[in-house]
This record gives sequence, C-alpha cells and structure tokens, in this order.
Amino acid sequence: MFETLILILDATMRVSTPLILAALAGLFSERSGIVDIGLEGKILGGAFAAAAAAAVFGSAWIGLIFAMLASIGLALIHGFACITHRGDHIVSGVAINTIVAGLTVTLGLDWFGMGGQTPTLAGDARFLSLTLPFADAVADVPVIGLIYSELLSGHNVLVYLAFACVPLTYWVIYKTRFGLRLRAVGENPHAVDTAGISVAFLRYRAVIICGILCGLAGAYLSTAHNAGFLKDMSAGKGYIALAALIFGKWRPVPVLFACLLFGFLDAVAVRMQGVSLPGIGEIPVQAIEVLPYVLTVLLLAGFIGKAIGPKAVGRPYVKERA
Amino acid sequence: MNQAKVPVWVSIALIPFINVMLAFFVSALVILALGEDPIEAAGYLIYGAFGYEEGIGYTLYYATNLIFTGLAVSVAFKAGLFNIGGEGQAYIGGLGVGLVCLWFDSSLPLMVIAPLAIIGGALFGAAWAYIPAYLQARRGSHVVITTIMFNFIASSLMVYLLVNWLKQDGRMSPNSRTFEESAWLPYMHELLAPFGIELSESPLNASFLWALICCVFVWGLIWHTRWGYQLRTLGTNATAAVYAGIDNSKVTIWVMLISGGLAGFVGLNEIMGVNHSLLLNFTAGYGFAGIAVSLMGRNHPVGIIVAAILFGALYQGGSELAFEIPTITPEIVVVIQGLVILFSGALENMLKDRIEGFFIRKSVA
Repeated sequence: MFETLILILDATMRVSTPLILAALAGLFSERSGIVDIGLEGKILGGAFAAAAAAAVFGSAWIGLIFAMLASIGLALIHGFACITHRGDHIVSGVAINTIVAGLTVTLGLDWFGMGGQTPTLAGDARFLSLTLPFADAVADVPVIGLIYSELLSGHNVLVYLAFACVPLTYWVIYKTRFGLRLRAVGENPHAVDTAGISVAFLRYRAVIICGILCGLAGAYLSTAHNAGFLKDMSAGKGYIALAALIFGKWRPVPVLFACLLFGFLDAVAVRMQGVSLPGIGEIPVQAIEVLPYVLTVLLLAGFIGKAIGPKAVGRPYVKERA
Repeated sequence: MNQAKVPVWVSIALIPFINVMLAFFVSALVILALGEDPIEAAGYLIYGAFGYEEGIGYTLYYATNLIFTGLAVSVAFKAGLFNIGGEGQAYIGGLGVGLVCLWFDSSLPLMVIAPLAIIGGALFGAAWAYIPAYLQARRGSHVVITTIMFNFIASSLMVYLLVNWLKQDGRMSPNSRTFEESAWLPYMHELLAPFGIELSESPLNASFLWALICCVFVWGLIWHTRWGYQLRTLGTNATAAVYAGIDNSKVTIWVMLISGGLAGFVGLNEIMGVNHSLLLNFTAGYGFAGIAVSLMGRNHPVGIIVAAILFGALYQGGSELAFEIPTITPEIVVVIQGLVILFSGALENMLKDRIEGFFIRKSVA
C-alpha cells in the first residue's frame, strides 16, 4: 500500500511538472494584467521547437534554448497585440493556440516527413533521469529509503527546475522591486504610470518571462517526458495550468499545490482504470479526469472559497494624453 | 478621434478586408517558407473548393457547421460575452440530436423527427451553456474560463456515454448504432432532384437550409426586436444598460442560451445529415473555427455566411491542396484560420487608427 502510494506520488511529480511551469508562466503574465489563454499554444510550440532542435543538433540543451526562443516569440506576438495594439487578450490567445496547432504539424511534415512527428530522440538529445547521491545506498532503509530513492531521486533536471521555480517566483513576486511593480501594474496601471514607470515595458517583461517558462514546459513534454514531438501533444495541459492558476488564486505556493492536486488526480486516473472499489464499484476514468475542471468551476462559482484575480487583468491600458 | 467623419464603407468593408488580406499574405509567406509556390497553392485551393460540383457541395457542407458556430459566437459577442465553449455546446447539442434520432427513428417519419431533432439539439446545446451563463450572470464567474472548462467536461462526458451506454453491443468502436433511414436528413442532391436540378453527390444536406434560416432569425432578433436592442446595449455599455432599466443578468443568460442552442445545431449536419450515428469528436474544432468566422464576418449574419463559405472553401480546398502537393498538410488551413483570428481579431486596431486617421485628414482638408 505504502509502495503504491509512493509510486502514485512519483507519477504525480512527473505529470505536475509541465503544469507547474505553465501555471507559473501564467502567474507572471496575469499578475501584470495580461490574460493568457495562449499557454497551451506556447507549450505546444516549445515542445515542437525543442524536439526539432534536439533532433537536428543532438542536444537536449540546445533544444531547450530553441523551445524558449519559440515560446518567447509567441509571447511577444501576444504582447504586441495586447499591450501595443490594445487587442482583446482572449482573441489573441485563441489565435496563438490555433496558429501553433496548425504550424507545428505543417512544419513537422515539411522538415521531417514523418506525418507531423519529429524523429525519436535518444541519448544526449533527451533529458534523462538523474540519480541523486546515495539513492541506491539508502533504498533499503524503511520508509525514508523508499521516499528518497523513488520519490525524490530519479527525475530529470527539468522536474527539479520546475519545483525550484516556485520559491524563485515567490521571491521575485513578493520580495523584489520588479515584483512589486508587476503586481501593481496588474492592479492599477494608472498608479504605476503616475510613478513614472512604463506600463508597457513592465508588461512586456512579464510576457517574456511567461514565454521562457512555457518554453521549459514544452521542452519537458517533448524531450524529457516523451522522446519526440507528437501532434497536439500538449493535450489541454495549458488549460489545466490555467485552471490551476485560478485554483491557486494567482499565488505561487497555492498554485503549486493546485498543480500537484491536478497531477495527482491524473496519476490516480491512470491507476484506477478498471479497478473496482469496495462498496462503490468501478469509478469511470472520465469522472476523475474532469475533476480539475469541475473543481475550478466550483471555485469560480464561489462555492469553495473565492477566486479574485488581479484587478486590471484583461483590460488594455490607454495612456491619457493631456 | 472623430468617428463620424470616417466613411462607413471604410470601417465595415475596407479595414476588415485589409486585415484578412494581411492574414492571407502571411499564410502565403508560410507556404513560401515550405518551398512551395503560394500562387500555385491558391490555385489548387480555389479549384478544390469551387472548381467542380462535388467540391462546391463539400465547401457548403463545411460552411454549414461554420455558420452555426459563427452565429453562436457572434450572438454572444454582440452582448459583450465571449462564448469560447461552442465546441462543447456543439458536442452536447449533437448528443441531443442523436438521442432524438435513436429514440424515434423506427416509430416516426422524418417530418416529425426533424423538428424534434432541431429542438433536441437546441435544448442540449443551450443547457450546456446555461451553467456558465448562470455563473457569469449571478455569481460573476468569468464566462471565458467556465466555458473552456465545460468544453473539457463535455468531451469526457461524451466518451463516458459513448463507451458505457450508447456503444453497440459486441462492437469495439465507440459509436452508437446507425439510425434508420427515416432519421436521415435528405441530401441536397436528393432534395433538388424532383425539381429537375441534377447535382453530383456530396454530403451537403438539408441542414444548410436550416443554417440560412438561422441567419435570418439571428438578424431579425438582434436588429429588429426590443430584446435584441437590450442585447446590443448590454454589449456596448453594460453600465448604461443598467440605467436604461435592462436586467443584465437575465439578458446574459438568454444570450448564452441562444448561443449554445445555435452551436448545438452542428449535430444536425454532422450526426443527422452525414454520419447517421453518434460518434466521438464529430465537432472537430468547428466551435473554435466559429470564432474566426464571427470575427471575419464582423458579427453580422451576412458577413458570417461569406466568412463561413470562405473557411468552408479553405477546409475543402485544403484537402485538394494536400493531395496535389504532398509536402503540405491540410493543417495549413488551421494556420490560416489562426492568422485570420490574429489579424482580424487581436490586431484589428493595428491599422485601424492609421487608416481612419487618413480618411479624417482627407475629409477635413
């Protein structure tokens, strides 16, 4: 029983990683006042760029750089539309998701000729699992040994990076001058402008950080979790991350727990397939699959706590000229 | 900036046209980057979509779905709501259509089943939009987020229903049984044959006519009823609507119900018209494509018909293009769709100010 639990938690960590990265990406963007439903597209674009570059150059790290560049590019299009041209944030996000869904397959077929996939990656072209020091030595120690060797050790570098991003985000958002201004611009851009700080430049920086983190999430999907790019491989992760962002009420640590919860549900759903519970019978997998969405709707409806986003989110800032 | 001095044709025709052309121009660059000739590609596209009777039939068949979802998005847009859940509403609406067909196909004639299916599709689609609408109106939960969530819930629900309840016994594939022929919407080539009009076979069916009727209905509703006036007021200025005595939450709910009902009609075309059974993923992204159609059609039924036919042509021509040039996938159509959303939607202000400024200066001079 204990071992099963550890295995489920181990899977939870792997499944949660892209959610954490993408949700933190969304956090930076939305805290600055830019709604981002284009997380999905940026993850997918990052995944494709990472797999394509890793296949060509044979290095997962080069793939990672390309993933971030591609994702930043998409983020800048979003910024250009929403910040510079005061476009609708939702429409722009939908546009990016749609363009990426089509473009990845189109380019993939043209470059690799494998029906839109990229070649299977192996060796240095992938991020492989790291074994933490002494993991094998302590594996036999009861309880702690299993937790250390199974749960904490044996993940790839991006998993650890994602978890490290949470305190980092917390520090940037709450403890730095940039973070203070970022929060301010999402609540009251007029005040920020009055203080002589450029609203547009701040928001552009937030959007670029969002791009970097989505690129990491994408690279994780195609070069760490899987061994190559598949059509539509982001499979709604960007939207679950968005749900986790709302569920965590736009705060880094609660967002982490929301991602872990949604990842846990995903890991459980895989295990529950065809399993009959005593007294309840077989729970359909779909019922567990929809829980993240149902929980988010319930939260939004105000039935479990209250989700209040940044005040100026989604509204274009028009500088007044006297 | 003085809006009054900008000629009407500039804001309703010239600027949208330039934005769409920009989207096509960037699409051409993408095709060029793939090492193919965009002019040649456009030639195949146009021939595939309009070059022969069957192609035109397919184009209009795709357009039928897009008119339904385009109208759905635009009705909500007019009231200032973004219904991104057309995909889920179409899916559940299709369930409604399918259930009507499964229940009545052996007992009732088509003349009775068809109206029932229309009601079924509308009711189910509207029901799926009701919860997000209610939450937006009464509890202030953002309709965009809730409708996204409902898309995913719809997709899981349909998998569950098809796999566990509607699947035929002893078959592996998650499809319902095929309906009796009395629940098939007539194909256009069958429908027009008695009038001496010979068409080649295509999936185009009677639901296309219903789509056109819906356009007239939406046009009348939005611009020629008191209720449509309330809807437009809510969309233009929600605060002013309150002062004018309009019950914003009530209007919000009704708008979303109509929007969901319209999206639900996709099932008439796909389930009752073509597939003749309930199956997975028949909505195939039409709900999202409806956003592009509605943006390009400037939220007006006439514009939506034009945009739907154009996108229908892209779908149909895209398959022709992929057949003629194997290095290009039909997915290129999705790219073009996305670019249209980007340029006609998100970047609509990019050139607007400059072009309007030009005409204002000209009229002042």
